[in-house]
Amino acid sequence: MAYTKRFDGRKADEMREIEAKVGVVPRADGSAMFRFGDTVAIAAVYGPRHLHPQFLQNPRTGIIRCHYDMISFSVTDRKRPGPARRSQEISDVTARSLEPVLLLSQFPNTVIDVFINIVQADAGTRCAGINAASLALAHAGIPMTDLVGAISVGALGGSVVVDLTKEEEDYEEDGEKAATDIPMAFTLRDKKVSLLQLDGRVKPEHLKEALEVGRKASEKIYEIQKTALRGLK
Amino acid sequence: MTNKQEFDERPEDMDGGMDIHQDMGYEEKKERKIVVPGEVIATGQNFLPGENTKRDGQNIIATRFGLLDIEERLTKVIPLSGTYIPRRGNVVIGKVVDITYNGWLIDIDSPYSSFLPIIECKGFVSKKDDLSLIYNYGEMVIAKVLGVKGKGVDLTTRERGFHNLEEGMIIRVNSNKVPRVIGKQGSMVNLIKEYTGCNIVVGQNGLIWVRGETIEAELLARDAITMITEKSFVEGLTDKVKEFLMSKTKNK
Amino acid sequence: MELAEITKNRIKAYLAKGMRFDGRKPMEYREITIETGVSKKAEGSAKVRIGETEVWAGVKLGTSIPFGDSPASGTLMVTAEFSPMASEKFERGPPSIESIELARIVDRGIRESDLIDLDKLCIKEGEKVWTVFVDIYPINDAGNLADASALAAIVALKTAVFPEYENDKINFGVFTTKHLPLKAENFPFTMTFHKIGDHLIVDPTVEEEEAAETHLTISVSSSKKGEFVHAMQKAKDVTMTVEEVNSIIDNAVKEFKVIKAAFDKVK
Repeated sequence: MAYTKRFDGRKADEMREIEAKVGVVPRADGSAMFRFGDTVAIAAVYGPRHLHPQFLQNPRTGIIRCHYDMISFSVTDRKRPGPARRSQEISDVTARSLEPVLLLSQFPNTVIDVFINIVQADAGTRCAGINAASLALAHAGIPMTDLVGAISVGALGGSVVVDLTKEEEDYEEDGEKAATDIPMAFTLRDKKVSLLQLDGRVKPEHLKEALEVGRKASEKIYEIQKTALRGLK
Repeated sequence: MTNKQEFDERPEDMDGGMDIHQDMGYEEKKERKIVVPGEVIATGQNFLPGENTKRDGQNIIATRFGLLDIEERLTKVIPLSGTYIPRRGNVVIGKVVDITYNGWLIDIDSPYSSFLPIIECKGFVSKKDDLSLIYNYGEMVIAKVLGVKGKGVDLTTRERGFHNLEEGMIIRVNSNKVPRVIGKQGSMVNLIKEYTGCNIVVGQNGLIWVRGETIEAELLARDAITMITEKSFVEGLTDKVKEFLMSKTKNK
Repeated sequence: MELAEITKNRIKAYLAKGMRFDGRKPMEYREITIETGVSKKAEGSAKVRIGETEVWAGVKLGTSIPFGDSPASGTLMVTAEFSPMASEKFERGPPSIESIELARIVDRGIRESDLIDLDKLCIKEGEKVWTVFVDIYPINDAGNLADASALAAIVALKTAVFPEYENDKINFGVFTTKHLPLKAENFPFTMTFHKIGDHLIVDPTVEEEEAAETHLTISVSSSKKGEFVHAMQKAKDVTMTVEEVNSIIDNAVKEFKVIKAAFDKVK
């Protein structure tokens, strides 16, 4: 049966309720919270700061390091505290989605550390993390040519829908996984793709539709990010 | 010499009080617009991209989160946040973290390590001297950035008015707020000095040394400085700070 | 950058007059705010702020084989993870000694006060019991993580409920309305006293924490039978006089009421 009516009643191109706030970790150089529905990410930035060990330093530019983690009780099945392979992959992918907008050549030999904690998870965690990181980096005064917005788009049961919940991610048809998760990130003013991943099985035309739908949805994310930064008064 | 005598001989007052604070202060004339990275702040060839902005085709975009400043044709963004990046000529306050055979390693709260070599130390110092007797571990010093290269920063203390920092306390603010704490021609910091009676040295790196006749006077200066950093984009801030200081010193 | 020596001297000199930089008295806490249910997938969760210090704690339930010497008792496990997000001093990697110490202090307060009726957590004697996981995450360190963490832990426990248990399996994500078996009058309230020179304070700011030479954590509970001390832990380095310890005990028994008042407001 095709997936035409979403579990929570949203339209295909409708995102969950979004919320963003900066300055949530005062001790950090910059910080932000970003929420998609029940998925909440907090990001804190420290840097540019001294990088050790020395062999990691780049004499031509500062580097960005992302550290993504889900807190143990953010998920239904407790996640043992500590590093996980999935977290490492998402950390790398997050850094790469932000790198294109960063101007770090003025800080040679330094590092900018971005710590992302998912405090409540209902799918779309890496995207919430990227949005929080983009805000936290701007808040920290890091030179950037643009803000970055991320959204996960899904192709399930023949429909392309925006901002999947966990329930949608786990969607099955005839006992088989039938949802394709496509997280993507865009530079928000310039509208270029800085992250694109895919897990599943999707028709090429649906994928193109997903990209378009995601790009449109990122406009709203841009507004929310700008408002969060401007609201700092 | 009693403490009071030492205190009255404020070295930087002998210099007119302003040499130590390079005139990098500014005054808030109007409410400024907050801009975000990537935001288009001007279009066309009539404008020039200044600090923290960049030309992008026909547009000039902000490359940093901060306050928009357009003066005639020059666009720039005044940052509200960010780590201190040392520049030549900056007067800073740092902490001695290590002593080597030929100088002192100073922490100036920046990602780059800073070094004060013996030859740049005020007074006459030779390699045979016990360097810890001049500046000891943990001591706070006023220094000037001589140069910035690759991985390190070179400092000097051979400047008029760079006295030892004894007694008093250190207050830390974000280095981007320093121009507001100093004010145009030093107007803001002088206001605080006047009402609290404190000696104040503001380092470009965001470290501020305050010394008063009482701890209360130092804490009052600290509260005024906190107020400035929290309301740094408000117009008429100097008047508001003056009001605050007056209300706190009314009965003294 | 660590606290400057001259500032430390000022803190000490001001304390000698019974005053602190932010206007508080030595035994005064900053504003305490508590929020519950902040993480919906947890069986119980809490966010505690003391001043700008923020700590999240969550309770998750699981099942396990009981310990040999207590075949009909549930188990408790407290962990603290110091995310480097909370302070530039925290490093990534295996748990630091500070985070382990914090977890043990919180654990001790809960365990020794006999707050959880572990005997009521038996599913099948000798085979299966409930395990209560309490995980603590500091989010912003503005001083006094210990007290904020301990408070967040007991709030999370107070509000925690059992997940649905059906056919020998937990249905994670489906919650019952049944709270954990807690002995209400045994809630431990934890306070850490810091010694700066010859003076003691509670709830230090970051500066005060750096100025302190040592500290002592104490957990107190209050019931109809009066106050009881359940746990104490003194930090390393510098000694304390017996008079100082006695003074801490007296103050703890008096001042824990502030924390208890904030705690009691939680439903």
